[in-house]
Amino acid sequence: MSAILSIQDLTKTYAGGFTALKKINLEIQRGEIFALLGPNGAGKTTLINIICGIVNPTSGAAFVNGHNIVSEFRASRAIVGLVPQELPVDAFASVLKTVNYSRGLFGKSANPDYIEKLLRSLSLWDKKDARIIELSGGMKRRVLIAKALSHEPELLFLDEPTAGVDVELRQDMWNVVSSLKKDGVTVILTTHYIEEAEEMADRVGVINGGEIILVQEKARLMQELGRKQMTLNLIENLSEIPPGLEEYELELANHGAELVYTYSTNENRTGITALLGALQKAGVHFSDLTTSQSSLEEIFVDLVKRPA
Amino acid sequence: MNLQAVKAIYRAEMARMFRTVVQSIIAPVLSTSLYFVIFGSAIGSRIAEIDGVSYGAFIVPGLIMMSIMTESISNSSFAIYFPRFTGTFYEVLSAPVSYIEVMLGFVGAAATKSIIIGSIIFITANFFVSIELAHPFVALLFLVLISFAFCLFGFILGVWADGWEKLTIVPVLVIMPLTFLGGTFYSISMLPAIWQKISLLNPLVYLISGFRWSFYENADVSIALSLAITVGFLLICLLLVRWIFKTGYRIRT
Ligand SMILES: Nc1ncnc2c1ncn2[C@@H]1O[C@H](COP(=O)(O)OP(=O)(O)O)[C@@H](O)[C@H]1O
Ligand SMILES: [Mg+2]
Repeated sequence: MSAILSIQDLTKTYAGGFTALKKINLEIQRGEIFALLGPNGAGKTTLINIICGIVNPTSGAAFVNGHNIVSEFRASRAIVGLVPQELPVDAFASVLKTVNYSRGLFGKSANPDYIEKLLRSLSLWDKKDARIIELSGGMKRRVLIAKALSHEPELLFLDEPTAGVDVELRQDMWNVVSSLKKDGVTVILTTHYIEEAEEMADRVGVINGGEIILVQEKARLMQELGRKQMTLNLIENLSEIPPGLEEYELELANHGAELVYTYSTNENRTGITALLGALQKAGVHFSDLTTSQSSLEEIFVDLVKRPA
Repeated sequence: MNLQAVKAIYRAEMARMFRTVVQSIIAPVLSTSLYFVIFGSAIGSRIAEIDGVSYGAFIVPGLIMMSIMTESISNSSFAIYFPRFTGTFYEVLSAPVSYIEVMLGFVGAAATKSIIIGSIIFITANFFVSIELAHPFVALLFLVLISFAFCLFGFILGVWADGWEKLTIVPVLVIMPLTFLGGTFYSISMLPAIWQKISLLNPLVYLISGFRWSFYENADVSIALSLAITVGFLLICLLLVRWIFKTGYRIRT
C-alpha cells in the first residue's frame, strides 16, 4: 500500500514567532480513517491548513499521493477536500451554485448527476435553491461538506466535524464517512471528542504542543494502553492485603471494602483464575465482582498529561 | 492552467454583480449622468470650447475614465477583501490554482463590470452632448487596459487592506484627487506653466489624455507616451499580484 499522505519534518513557526508544529512526521495510508486527537491549540488545524495550501510551511515537506504540496501544488491540491473548522460560506449564493462553484474551482467539469447524488446524501437537495443565509448552522455545515466533496477528492480532511453538531447531522456525517471509506477515500479528522475517534477511526494519532506523541491502530492502542480492572466487593472489610497474594499487586479501596486487581488485556493470561483460587485459599470472600476497561479518553488524558 | 477555475470564479463574480445591479451599475451611471447635466449642459454652455470641442463633449472621456478608475478599484478590492474578511477565501487558497487563475477570474470579472459601466456611460452621454469618436479601437484599447490595470490595483488594495477603513481611504484620498487634478474637467494647457509641470507627475494625466485623444485627437501628452504609461502601470500591478501570491503576502499566514 502506498501512502496517500506523507509528512516529513514539517515545522511551522507563525509570524509572531510561535512554533505551532515541531518536526511532524506522519504517513497516512490510502483508504484509512485517521483520527488526529489533541487538545485545543495542539496544532491540528495548522497541520491540515498546511497540507491544503492555506498556511505556508516553515520547513520540512509533505506529499499528497507523492506530489510535493508546495512545488506540485496543482496535483496535490486537486485530490484534497477540506471541511474547515469554522463555517465560512458565501451567504448570498444558493446551495447548488456554491457547490458547483467549488467543483469548478478544483478544475472539474460540471457533473449534475454526481452533485445531485451528493446533495441528496446530505439531505440538501430540497434546499438546493435556498440562499445560504437562510440556512441553519447545521445545514451550513452540510453545505461545507458538500463543497469539500464536490470535486470527488481522494483525501478528505474534516476539521472538528462534530463540534456543536446535532445528533442527526452527526449520524448523517458518519454515514457519509462510511460510504467514502467504501469508495476508497482516505479521511483524516481532527477532534478533541474521543468518542468520535473511538467510533470511526482505523488509526489514531495524538498531537500535543505541536508534536505527534503517538500513532497507533485504534484497536492496538486500546489493547496496549487499555488496562482492565476487576473490583471485588468484599463481605468483610480488610485492613491489609492478606499474605500469599503479593504477586497480584492488589490494592484496597473504599476503606477496605473493595479489592482492586489491575491487569492488561494484551497478555495471554489475565491471571484471574489463579487469583480467584488464591483468594479462596486466603479466606477472602466477596459478594460481587465488576470489571472495567479504560476508554480512549482516559488513555488520551494520560498521554497528554505525561511530562514530555 | 485550470480554466474551469477561471470560469467558476468569473461566473460567481458576475452573478454577484447582477445580484447587486443597482449598486454596481445603476449607481455609477446615475452619478456620472449628473455630471453631464451640471457640467456639460448647465455650466458647460457658458464655457468656451476647448481646442475646438464643446465643453460638454470635452469632459466625456475624462468622466468615463474617472468612473472606470473608481469603480474598478472599489469593485475589485471589495471582491477580494470581503471573502478574506468572512473567511471564504480559504477555498480559493486550497484550490489547485495559481495567481494566474485567481487574477483572471476576479480581475477579469471586475474589469468586465467596469467596461460595461464605461460603455453605458458613453451611450448615456450621447443623449446630452454630441460626441465624436475618432479612433474607436484605440478608445476600446484604453478602456480595456485601464479597466484591467485599475482592477489589478484594486486587487492589491484588497489584499493589503486589513480593515474597511483602508479599503475606502485609498480611493477617496488618492484616486479622487488625482483624477480631478488629472485633466478630467480641463486641459492641462489651461494651467499656469508651473502647474503644468507638476501635473505631469500625476500618472492619471497620461491615461485620461490618451483616452481623450482617441475621441477628439487632442491631447496634453503624446499618445505613445500615454499608452506606454498605461501598459507600464498594468505591468507593475501584474508583477505585484504575482509577488503577493508567490510569497503569500497577507493571504497565507
Ligand atoms: N495565524 C496564527 N498566528 C499565530 N499563531 C497562530 C495562528 N494560528 C494558530 N496559531 C497558534 O498555533 C497553535 C495551534 O493552533 P491550531 O493549529 O489552531 O490548534 P488546534 O487546531 O489543534 O486547536 C495555537 O497556539 C494557536 O494560538
Ligand atoms: Mg483547530
